[in-house]
Amino acid sequence: MREKIIETNSAAFSRIDVDTVTVDIIENALRNAREEMDAVLFRTAMSPGIREQGDCFPMIANRDGKMVVGQFGSFIHGFMQAYEGEVEEGDILMTNDPYMCNAAVSHLPDWIVLVPIFKDGRHIAWSAMFGHMSDNGGMVPGSIPIKATSIYQEGIRIPPTKLYKKGELQSDILELILHNVRTPQWNRFDLNALVAACNTAAKRCKEIAERFGDDIFYSTMEIMLERNKIAMSAIINMLVPEEPRSFEDYVCDDGMGMGPYKIKCKMWREGEKAIFDFDGTDPQAQSSINFYLNEEMFKMFFGSFTINLVDPQILFNDGFYDLVEVRIPKGSLLKPNFPAALSGRTHALGRIFDVMGGLLGQGAPEAMNAAGFSDSPHLFYSGYDDNGEWFQLFQIGFGGIPGRPVGDGPDGHSLWPGFTNVPNEFIEAYFPLRVEQYRTIPDSGGAGLHRGGNGLSVAYRFLCDGHIAIHDERWLTYPWGVNGGEPGRRSTKRLVRTDGSEQILPAKCDDIEVRAGDLLYFDTWGGGGWGDPYQRDPQLVLADVHRDLVSIEGAKRYGVVITEDLTVDEAATQALRKTLSEQRGDTQLFNKGGSMDEIKARCLEETGLEPPVAPKFRQARA
Amino acid sequence: MSYRLGVDVGGTFTDLLLINEQTGETFTAKVPSTPGDSSVGVLNGIARICEESGVDAAHINRVMHGTTVATNAVLTGKGAKVGLVTTAGYQQVLQVARSFCPGGLGGWVSYVKKPLLAPLELTIEADERMDAKGQPVKALDEDKLRDDLKALHAKGEVEALTICFINAYLNGEHEVRAKQIAQEIFTDMPISISSEVVPEMQEYERTETTVINSYVRPEVARYVNNLNAALEEKMGDNLHLSILRSDGGLASARSAADNPVNLLMSGPAGGVTGAVHFCSRAGFDNILTFDMGGTSTDVALIQNGKPRVRRETRVGDVTVRAPSVDVRTVGAGGGSLAFVPELTKALRVGPESAGAVPGPAAYMKGGEEPTVCDANVVLGYLPSDVQLGGAMAINKDAAVKAVKKVADAMGLSVEEAAEGIIKIVNEAMFGALRLVSVEQGFDPRQFALVGFGGAGPLHANALGILTQSWPTIIPPGPGVLCAYGDATTLVRDEASLSYVKLVKNTSKEELSQALTELKEKATATLNADGISKDMQSVTYQADVRYTGQAFQLSIEFTEQELQEQGLDLLVKQFDEEHTQLFTFALEEGHEIVMIRAVALAQAGELEVTGVEQRSHSLDECKIHDTQFYYEGCYHDAIIYDRNKLHDKLVVPGPAIVSEMDSTTVVLPGYEATVDSVGNLLINPAAQ
Repeated sequence: MREKIIETNSAAFSRIDVDTVTVDIIENALRNAREEMDAVLFRTAMSPGIREQGDCFPMIANRDGKMVVGQFGSFIHGFMQAYEGEVEEGDILMTNDPYMCNAAVSHLPDWIVLVPIFKDGRHIAWSAMFGHMSDNGGMVPGSIPIKATSIYQEGIRIPPTKLYKKGELQSDILELILHNVRTPQWNRFDLNALVAACNTAAKRCKEIAERFGDDIFYSTMEIMLERNKIAMSAIINMLVPEEPRSFEDYVCDDGMGMGPYKIKCKMWREGEKAIFDFDGTDPQAQSSINFYLNEEMFKMFFGSFTINLVDPQILFNDGFYDLVEVRIPKGSLLKPNFPAALSGRTHALGRIFDVMGGLLGQGAPEAMNAAGFSDSPHLFYSGYDDNGEWFQLFQIGFGGIPGRPVGDGPDGHSLWPGFTNVPNEFIEAYFPLRVEQYRTIPDSGGAGLHRGGNGLSVAYRFLCDGHIAIHDERWLTYPWGVNGGEPGRRSTKRLVRTDGSEQILPAKCDDIEVRAGDLLYFDTWGGGGWGDPYQRDPQLVLADVHRDLVSIEGAKRYGVVITEDLTVDEAATQALRKTLSEQRGDTQLFNKGGSMDEIKARCLEETGLEPPVAPKFRQARA
Repeated sequence: MSYRLGVDVGGTFTDLLLINEQTGETFTAKVPSTPGDSSVGVLNGIARICEESGVDAAHINRVMHGTTVATNAVLTGKGAKVGLVTTAGYQQVLQVARSFCPGGLGGWVSYVKKPLLAPLELTIEADERMDAKGQPVKALDEDKLRDDLKALHAKGEVEALTICFINAYLNGEHEVRAKQIAQEIFTDMPISISSEVVPEMQEYERTETTVINSYVRPEVARYVNNLNAALEEKMGDNLHLSILRSDGGLASARSAADNPVNLLMSGPAGGVTGAVHFCSRAGFDNILTFDMGGTSTDVALIQNGKPRVRRETRVGDVTVRAPSVDVRTVGAGGGSLAFVPELTKALRVGPESAGAVPGPAAYMKGGEEPTVCDANVVLGYLPSDVQLGGAMAINKDAAVKAVKKVADAMGLSVEEAAEGIIKIVNEAMFGALRLVSVEQGFDPRQFALVGFGGAGPLHANALGILTQSWPTIIPPGPGVLCAYGDATTLVRDEASLSYVKLVKNTSKEELSQALTELKEKATATLNADGISKDMQSVTYQADVRYTGQAFQLSIEFTEQELQEQGLDLLVKQFDEEHTQLFTFALEEGHEIVMIRAVALAQAGELEVTGVEQRSHSLDECKIHDTQFYYEGCYHDAIIYDRNKLHDKLVVPGPAIVSEMDSTTVVLPGYEATVDSVGNLLINPAAQ
């Protein structure tokens, strides 16, 4: 990689001793710089997806491309491997093609900007940020076509490209790109904002190096990586056993009638190294639900997740990568062969976290969380408004955080860092629809000593004719409960037409025509429960009933009998708990709501939808 | 003789400042706060200051007051039980909030949500609906609302009521009607409606803000009424009580009690206005302030003598839409705890604080963990052997013992560890100062740095080095500066309106007319206060953004500027500021979101007595010799008495300047002088 970077000053950096306080100061300064990237982006971006929902991820890396602060790990190596040309001061690179950057971004709507940071002619660091664009062209508005069978249908592919050359905007390229999307103005602004955020980080890095000296800056980044390695080494020893453990979960369907798709992972430790092997994961899907998972990115998921389990104060970065080995079979759902479609990758991405939770949790059940809202379901609504202007809405759904050792899961929240919902008044002001209901679904959180968070029911009244598309999950499989906790309730989508007729929509569909006045109930799923629900304090159950988060009927899932005047019937509760405990027997570590065969057999009756057929795999190209 | 009194009620102390309006002569007093009923502490303080100064309380005719009553109600969770009425379908608007879990990937694992300020069991829905243009889609079902309100009332728990309907920021008719109905049932209870408190888009933020208003309202009203009655009893009916708002303006006691959400930053606003008071008189109009207390530090940037006002206020983890002086708070103060996490062996300071109890180890009140204060004691910055004005006893051995815990964990000497703690906490404050300066496009080197609050003067010189802001200023009475701010603030009011029009779709005339109407509204309270028209000044503001953008900037202008330059004024100024902030501007799409008229009473010039004629030599100001540790070694230093210093002396560092309520460190290579206003100015030593 280094040979592709042109430096006008060839003086070498030297690794020197840095006192620990200086390291702490620079670490804080870099953390601040990263947060400033977010701040700059949110203030200058234009699309609701980025500026209201925060669908974007910043990073600062050392000169070797290792992430020193950030969230989603470094991809610079892969990026630079794929990039043919040379890089010099003033250049700003971008791409959106997962196949061209070793899956640094995992679908085309995520545009990534990469800035090499130079000081006095020497390359000292990188800043990078990616954000989800409102549209990337292709076969459907929003550019996440479910039924795409190749990436060529998912819109414009931008190979690693210089957006700026020596500080000069390559406007021909920019215009060519924007010409291919349905929301050029939003994308222009959002891209501009990504560049501004990366430039801000570059400025900060230069200031820090100026203040402390280049060698100290360089050495400190190395030390920060080493610090992380030491901390992660302890965590790996603590959480990853030498004895192999295995866990599997599913993506319910592929939107084209097949499913569920299995994700399987086996984990063990050899010496200080943790190994994750995805052998047994189903082959790649026919549609766009494939998730091209970069091995390094999985390491980052693992590191970030476990640090939050153990000590969120630890600075998270790429330092520990040598301690983890990830094996993903080629041609599988997680490493599909080009040109498999990738845009609907969000479900498998989310499910990876459930798999990881299940894997790690088996060794330390009391520290394990139930399955949560491991997804970001989408709603698209587009068409022409009453003034003949094109509108295109992209909404992310929110749901139940699972029951956790620390307590109940929040209702209608997000598992993703930085994500927020878009204010309904904002949506109503700028799009032809009315949100008539925005509330959590009583009893949708799995019962447990700590209950799962409730899913969210959003009722959209469409005010113009148009089309909608939906991408959702967990309509078939359950958000599982742990340590005796029950699974959460699954998701549903119900369209009520103006004539009163109702239709259950599949979890993944596009091109659904809607008329002004139609009403869509977009109900997400609840989080799984944690611990034995019969041990939950009946007064807490009663409080939830008072708050309309649990119904009187639903209280019985906790073995709690609530009278009509809303008090706990102690005697009846004791009796019911006794009966239910006996019926249940010992609590199970995982409660997935039955075997896959049982779930499929009940599918039509319970969901109103036919079960998907077992995937028949084409021979994936080697 | 007429006097005005500034009173700042803080968490630990109530500070008072009495000013003779004719001569400018001042008296100060500091008494313990009385958290049960703060007015008791205020009255104690008044008794004390009158006794000490010999001033008759009846001669005090203005009491100007900064209060943390509202803030503390939020921070301690001791506000009213709030009932809430929402639009049908939105009962859980606070429960869902913005769906945000703080922290990084996996941050949800440890996130614990605080209880709602308006509990769900006290939240009901009203059948009604406005559309996004402010047109009713569904009329308010009054009968149902009446029944539901009666049922809510029957629970007997609601202490304050809030009404917030969807899209009411555009049309508050349904809210107003619902309030009328509620008043029939909840007689004698404050009712806040969102279209009055904060007519701005975004249902969650508007609901939360209106709920907070209700949440603190009974407490604030009780306090203001008690205080007002007690003051009138002491000082007679012509007493005028005003309260400092978060935006740095004064409000009459009555309007403050109705909209207490505007008081959440009253305390910090007092400090900022106090700093402005002393610095602008000394000719420093561009300053960075840092007010370092026990648990946190507030920083602000002031340009041209005017604090920046932003449209939101944060208290704890509550964010509300109410204008406040743009003060950023960082969890770093004298009581911040230092620790070394097992896994990384990195030194961390804060945000946890030892608080007042158990407090820093050096204070011997039961604290054993090392704090920033202990590090200051270890290094000799806070001398344990100087007792001025009955300050708290300091035990150096206890401080050393506490800091040694950190030193041992890191394999450092006690001094090295203590210096590390100081450097880290300074870095945290530096980060906050950067946030208000560099990150807003301002170069801190073009600002003076002003340090105050209990611990500010200890760290000011070191922070001046980090920001390169010279001089670094310690104003007089750095521990009671907020009270100065309260006493020297102007009466201010404002009126605003959601405008939401593209610049190209409106005209100078249309805008001017709307602003004139707002001007009438804004000056009404000043008129009612008996402030004559020629003592009033009015400025306008327009919040402008590129349409579609979330970010907006307040552009300030006068009627005359609008008439002369027209709407170009807004476009040009917005583009300039946007470029300064984000390095680019757009050619079109400028949208006016909100407009505002701000009415100010002109300053009745107050004499500043400044430094009395003093003639001590530097030697005569010396208290005694000492030593402190800086950059790896001990330095011989002298402790001086600030009360004896004057403008003909130069205090060379290393030195410590001591006064009743604080201690200033002058580092080696720096020197301090006193200006005519009484500010202590620290600068790099002349070569």
